[in-house]
Amino acid sequence: MKVISRLAGLLLLCTVLPLNAVVETYEFTDETNRERYHQFVDELRCPKCQNQNLAGSDSPIAQDLRRELHRLLEDGRSDREVVDYMVQRYGDFILYRPRFNAETAVLWFAPGVFLLTGAVTIILIFRRQKNKQVVAVDDSPLNEEEQKRLQELLAKDDVNA
Amino acid sequence: MVQRFKLFLPLAIFAIVAGLFYVMMNRIDEGEYNPQTLPSALINKPFPSFAMPQLEQLDKTVIQADLLGEISIVNVWATWCPSCHVEHSYLNYLASERNVVIYGVNYKDESDAAQKWLQEKGNPYRLNIFDKDGKLGLDLGVTGAPETYMLDHRGFVRLRYQGPLNEAVWQEKFQPLIEQLQQEQQAFLQSAVNWPQAGVQG
Repeated sequence: MKVISRLAGLLLLCTVLPLNAVVETYEFTDETNRERYHQFVDELRCPKCQNQNLAGSDSPIAQDLRRELHRLLEDGRSDREVVDYMVQRYGDFILYRPRFNAETAVLWFAPGVFLLTGAVTIILIFRRQKNKQVVAVDDSPLNEEEQKRLQELLAKDDVNA
Repeated sequence: MVQRFKLFLPLAIFAIVAGLFYVMMNRIDEGEYNPQTLPSALINKPFPSFAMPQLEQLDKTVIQADLLGEISIVNVWATWCPSCHVEHSYLNYLASERNVVIYGVNYKDESDAAQKWLQEKGNPYRLNIFDKDGKLGLDLGVTGAPETYMLDHRGFVRLRYQGPLNEAVWQEKFQPLIEQLQQEQQAFLQSAVNWPQAGVQG
């Protein structure tokens, strides 16, 4: 019993309680705006903390940006306008889903290029192994000449022993 | 033989990556590169327009035009910001000894505390914009205090520096730019003087 409760205690230590840094709540006129808001705070990056999105950051600048985002959405701005507003102030950096342009092309293409390189490598390796197997496996019975040579070799071996 | 070399491929890749990390860490240590520093989206764009109370006289409104016409720096500060304490005496020095025009943006602060700060520590600013909600800060793309922007004579943002100013930073980033901006200003004034003549000749 003691063991079980200890194990349970250890397990409890291992769990991570979901911590939500967002403290303020906003009222929305309609459900779509609420969904858009959550989508945006997920995909916009906090300029101060760098590796957090707006939803996960409690820095003052993230609070300001969430307030602005709420205002823009309630003003009836389109997604495009919201993104432009953010990029005008903080550059492409603020977008976790970067727009496609010359500077971000590498970001967009790199995964595809890596995937392709990997696939080609694997195909090449498999092909080579297949070829090797074809050479190695030759299980046709020995012909007369081969039989003779085998006997000779075995006899030689016997003499040596 | 080729097979032999292939065995060492992972080691070679590891060595290259480790070398890269080492170089980057060195650059961070020496202050050449800071992952926290972001390129400002405002570079070579006009300082954003605004209308906000002046910290020294809260019933007075400051607008964008009040900052234009001279090469200047705009310093974003707040009493809650520890690095701003460190930076303040250097700003005093810049204003009094080097005649640098400094405008302040008092960022997300309490006006009482900020006014007291200026009385106690000295006021290097020509004027202070009281940005209580961080609206102007947002338009500037401020990520925190202190931050310093350099404006040319047209009021275009030419440099953004994140972090406290000191002599080393000033000599490395600001001084060369000031000299360049002064030349640009001279060239502009010259062309303005020559303009009617050029018009007649053309």
